[in-house]
Amino acid sequence: MSSQIDSLIAREYAAGFVTDIEQDTLPPGLDEDVVREISRLKAEPPFMLEWRLKAYRRWLTMKEPHWPNVHYDAIDYQGASYFSAPRKKTLLGSLEDVDPEILKTYEKLGIPLLEQKRLAGVAVDAIFDSVSVGTTMRDELAKHGIIFCSFGEAVRDHPELVEKYLGSVVPYSDNFFAALNSAVFSDGSFCYVPKGVRSPMELSTYFRINAADTGQFERTLIVADEGAYVSYLEGCTAPKRDTNQLHAAVVELVALKGATVKYSTVQNWYAGDKEGRGGIYNFVTKRGKAYENAKISWTQVETGSAITWKYPSVILQGDNSTGEFYSVAVVNNHQQADTGTKMIHVGKNTKSTIVSKGISAGQGNNSYRGRVFVSPRADGARNYTQCDSMLVGNRCGAHTFPYIEVANKNAIVEHEASTSKIGEDQIFYLKQRGLSAEQAVSMIVSGFCKEVFKELPMEFALEAQQLLGITLEGSVG
Amino acid sequence: MVDVAASGLESSMKHKVEMLDIKGLKASAGEKEILRGISLSVGKGEIHAIMGPNGSGKSTLAQVLAGNPAFEVTAGSVSFEGRDLLEMPPEARAQAGIFLAFQYPIEIPGVSNAYFLRSAYNEVRKARGEDEVDPMEFVGIVEDKLKLVDIDPEMLNRSVNVGFSGGEKKRNEILQLAVLEPKLAILDETDSGLDIDALHTVADGVNKLRNRNRSFIVVTHYQRLLNYIVPDYVHVLSNGRIVKSGDKQLALELEEKGYDWLAEHHAREGAPALSGR
Repeated sequence: MSSQIDSLIAREYAAGFVTDIEQDTLPPGLDEDVVREISRLKAEPPFMLEWRLKAYRRWLTMKEPHWPNVHYDAIDYQGASYFSAPRKKTLLGSLEDVDPEILKTYEKLGIPLLEQKRLAGVAVDAIFDSVSVGTTMRDELAKHGIIFCSFGEAVRDHPELVEKYLGSVVPYSDNFFAALNSAVFSDGSFCYVPKGVRSPMELSTYFRINAADTGQFERTLIVADEGAYVSYLEGCTAPKRDTNQLHAAVVELVALKGATVKYSTVQNWYAGDKEGRGGIYNFVTKRGKAYENAKISWTQVETGSAITWKYPSVILQGDNSTGEFYSVAVVNNHQQADTGTKMIHVGKNTKSTIVSKGISAGQGNNSYRGRVFVSPRADGARNYTQCDSMLVGNRCGAHTFPYIEVANKNAIVEHEASTSKIGEDQIFYLKQRGLSAEQAVSMIVSGFCKEVFKELPMEFALEAQQLLGITLEGSVG
Repeated sequence: MVDVAASGLESSMKHKVEMLDIKGLKASAGEKEILRGISLSVGKGEIHAIMGPNGSGKSTLAQVLAGNPAFEVTAGSVSFEGRDLLEMPPEARAQAGIFLAFQYPIEIPGVSNAYFLRSAYNEVRKARGEDEVDPMEFVGIVEDKLKLVDIDPEMLNRSVNVGFSGGEKKRNEILQLAVLEPKLAILDETDSGLDIDALHTVADGVNKLRNRNRSFIVVTHYQRLLNYIVPDYVHVLSNGRIVKSGDKQLALELEEKGYDWLAEHHAREGAPALSGR
């Protein structure tokens, strides 16, 4: 058996190129002056600086968490630069002024930003290192009253919305990385969908890390007002580098009464090489708050990053609110993932669903960590959790850490879990029908992940499936 | 289609075009030697039945021809249309036109039968230098084949073999055979676990797929299947060797006298293992 499953050479990471452009980068290091400088560079109003400074001071008192089931060398927080932006200034809203090298970068990544080549039916906010370089389709969205812009623009043009909702779901004091992000975040995406409006298209943010030795700290805030609907997609890539880079983002979702927010992620940060050198540390806090009758649905396909540490969660604040978490996490070579979700049932008759598919190959280590909490007042709360792990080869690991705390007798909480090994017999069966080992593994794994893939918007489901194939390439001999 | 069988041993041998040639094949699983020197040649359009008691090596022979890595070939050679089969990985054998209908078809959860079939079909086409077909074209191709084995089109949307009854699984194998149109089809105990009606359907499907260019190796424990799929040759395996070869009459004789008769007969004669013919 084990002679069959052996490591081959992984395919080149297609998004691993570097774009050569002039950038303004702050010198390495972090102190209050750096925080002030970031705020000054972004011409922020005083409330933002105040908030950043509070976050920074809080961060100084916090310790990096070491409870995740991942291992890495100590991060030198003074060794990284906290701000990097393309030098050529972009006139807000005018994509034609974006540095052509940057436009080419996105085109190469399959995300054309210019009008004539634009993805049909998808509005894109492109984040390059620390700043947003352009947002497409905004005029079309504006007709519906939808605000979709970079975080910096939102702070400038809609400070009242930012002040009201920033930190309302993930306070700056939430955790070590969220505090760091709150202090130094440079840009990100902002979206507001007004009352009763259904967004006519998918909104998406495409994150790209380019500069070396910088951290990326972006922040996304999405507010769906009463009865609104929005589906949001997030993609990410980074160049191949030998050193590890920190990505500590925060995403906050607010679904007001009767609103629905669907947030899908296809995460393909550089994962490091076969020996585990380099790759992104993806330490991200994602959380949504669902008010009465609202629904928040997270779907994530995590194929990249050297280390993934994230738990997209839902606070089921209002009665009859719904939270969903669909996840595929793949690790190959030396990748490590500790990911899952928290479903916090506060309101009555709140429902949550968790479907997690973890795939481990090579010497990868995959942990599902989830918390289901039912508060004393959450009468009629329901949770269903399904947590499946698949092992490819015999040097990888799969772990499950479910935490279930129920303080209400009327709650119904179900947890199902399974661990399986990819079958030698399945691979042979598919090979006997003419498929290569890699196609076979890809097909078996895609089948395993089907319940999650069907939650993704069409165009991303295909991309996710392809990414999965690339990530697992070389995992079976 | 049955004219090959009707034409008899002698005449078909004269015009024989070699497809598969097995010489002195030995194979083991771990330490245990299972095939202990098999020689057999199969001509174009011929149907060979491989019979034998449990543990005689019938299924191993089928698996080894398909390239299952669980078995190690320790001696001998196999050529398929002049190519060294043992050098080829399983997918290359499949692409070259060898199809194995599994005794225990494997379940692939979450993968639709239609997607699986089309992927396999396209791989085989690519290997032949033909264009891949898209899902719409494929619907047209598969429709006729469904009728052949009396399969409900709804089955295309179900996950490969998941929740299929024994009969459905076997029919699904024949559906794949029909779609992939191999040169050599190996049926590994396709009759096992089938009731008489299902056996009829499956045999009927196979008979419709017989033609002068397609060869079959039919592995079976019971003579019953050979009433429906009439072979040109019958070989009896015992303890990893072919101990007797003949025409379809041999199968009937076995049915009557049992495998013990042959083992005794073989021991009494003290003869070396008979080769293919």
